[in-house]
Amino acid sequence: MKIVVCIKQVPDTAEVRINPETGTLIREGVPSIINPFDMHAIEAGLNIREKTGGKVTVITMGPLQAESALRDAISMGADDSLLLCDRAFAGSDTWATSFTLSKAIGKLGADIIICGKQAIDGDTAQVGPETAEFLNIPHISYVRKIEDVNESSIRVQRMMDEGYDVVESPFPVLLTVVKELNEPRLPSLKGKMAAKKAVIQKWGASDILADENDIGLKGSPTQVKNIFTPEARSGRKMLEGAPEEQIDALFQELRELKCL
Amino acid sequence: MPVKVNTDKCTGCKECVASCPFEAIEIKDEKAFINEYCQSCMACITVCPEGAIVETETDKAKPEKAEGHKGVWIFAEQRNGKVGSVAYELLGVGRKLALDLNTELSAILFGATDADAQELIKWGADKVYHSKDRIFENFNDEPYSQMLTRLINEYRPEIVLAGATPIGRSFIPRVAARIRTGLTADCTSLEIEKDTGNLLQIRPAFGGNIMATILCPNTRPQMSTVRPRVMKRGGYDANRSGEIVDVRAEGISSRTKVLESVKEVSDITVNLQEAEIIVSGGRGLGDPKGFKIIEELAELLGAAVGSSRAAVDEGWIPYRHQVGQTGKTVCPKIYFACGISGAVQHLVGMQSSDIIIAINRNPEAPIFNVASYGIVGDLYEIVPLLIKKIKEAKGI
Repeated sequence: MKIVVCIKQVPDTAEVRINPETGTLIREGVPSIINPFDMHAIEAGLNIREKTGGKVTVITMGPLQAESALRDAISMGADDSLLLCDRAFAGSDTWATSFTLSKAIGKLGADIIICGKQAIDGDTAQVGPETAEFLNIPHISYVRKIEDVNESSIRVQRMMDEGYDVVESPFPVLLTVVKELNEPRLPSLKGKMAAKKAVIQKWGASDILADENDIGLKGSPTQVKNIFTPEARSGRKMLEGAPEEQIDALFQELRELKCL
Repeated sequence: MPVKVNTDKCTGCKECVASCPFEAIEIKDEKAFINEYCQSCMACITVCPEGAIVETETDKAKPEKAEGHKGVWIFAEQRNGKVGSVAYELLGVGRKLALDLNTELSAILFGATDADAQELIKWGADKVYHSKDRIFENFNDEPYSQMLTRLINEYRPEIVLAGATPIGRSFIPRVAARIRTGLTADCTSLEIEKDTGNLLQIRPAFGGNIMATILCPNTRPQMSTVRPRVMKRGGYDANRSGEIVDVRAEGISSRTKVLESVKEVSDITVNLQEAEIIVSGGRGLGDPKGFKIIEELAELLGAAVGSSRAAVDEGWIPYRHQVGQTGKTVCPKIYFACGISGAVQHLVGMQSSDIIIAINRNPEAPIFNVASYGIVGDLYEIVPLLIKKIKEAKGI
């Protein structure tokens, strides 16, 4: 079984704070981590390998420092890794990212491709399904449980708004997974040694035979026009006086608005 | 990359590094260096004190905007034959966009009945493309994406909106990939740019820490998924008439099979999302017992009980009550935030409530930035007073 897990290195957004004066993000000391949902994807890949045998390859697209994310995945038990690294990939939106990943996965060959539900920096959840479409294979999103996996097919629970669906797919298939699926393992000592020694394979645009119009900024239909911090609500009223007076004032206001 | 560093001017002060939301600027040999993560958001240009970061010539090699695309479409999702409420919200915002563009508003409906298609017209659609083929009864990515792709290629709308629900967020990306157009996820605001007629797609990123405006200037349709319960429904007109176009799923197939659809929903989650009033408690309660007065106030108002993530993490209240980025997005008429400081992750889940009443001891708490009414004080003093006052008014 050839299992490919797509991961992304992200800033730990739980640690990101806004500087109230400048309205910019305070990035100092914010660590780079493997996207938390991708940790569950790695765990799922390792679990499937333990059942069916085979090989788990982790891949990521990013600058050279993304190598550390791949080494972390190897320390958990991944067999192989691939870094897609090229200035030509810069500025990719989800379309171009998925296209690039699909070219690389197409070249690697895979029976199962696993991604985290979404990355915590962009929160788009689009790269998994788009990659599947480019590969012309089915995908199942929001996998919360793997009910059965055998030589030729997989049966999973897909989380929905009001419950779940049981979905079956032949291989190859792409899955995006949610946190409920599993508990990611900690790196083993043996894994850490392997991660240290691992030679990270690197591919650029020419290795995946990508047309320059399909990758990076040129291949990206969307553009970030601007970014800003969420605005304060206008017309806020801070109520004053003793607690009783504040409550009376609030009551009055809500009455006028016919809310109570 | 449309942003470049003039290394003669750069002093290596790192202001730009701190300003970059994408970790795309590094200092190399005491000069700023823009790496592959750059999304050309231009945030660094404004902060550079030396004016050393400049915008380069924009790329002219982009394909010309496909001509002849017209009309605003919304995808009306159904589950178990019931059209989701997000469809009516999409009709609300879709109507606004269609008016600005002076064009038609259409709904796409897969599955469900003729009566459901008529409802969509009463809620504002001029036209409904409806397929009643059995293959669409249960949601399945491949048939849905094949059919929508086919319709878009045939009728060429300029804007396609869908709900940012498990359904929309799963299959719409396949459609955008196939059509080779841009897709913006989980938008919370949509507007038409005056000069260009482009769709301005505004969405939170970084767990709600920042907002980004996304454009899809060169390809059509412009596609977005829209966060549920953020847009307001349009008006309902029982006498409104429109056209229903019957479309067929010939040649549509699927490799995945949906074997079973299991409903598993707690009353509380439903209550939270349907409630007109929500009373929420956070870490400021200090104690699991604090939820007693929250519940008392909620019961008195016929409200649902919500909470911040902090209170859930403390184990004071189950996760299903959680409001925010990793919980539920809610949009009640009144939202009481009691002892909630207002981390952005919480705010993104409740800030579109009509009225927000914040009660917090700390006058600097960010919850006051989104509040309609702010009360600085001890919630254990304020909430009981409020309860007393409501009881008096109700004559209890």
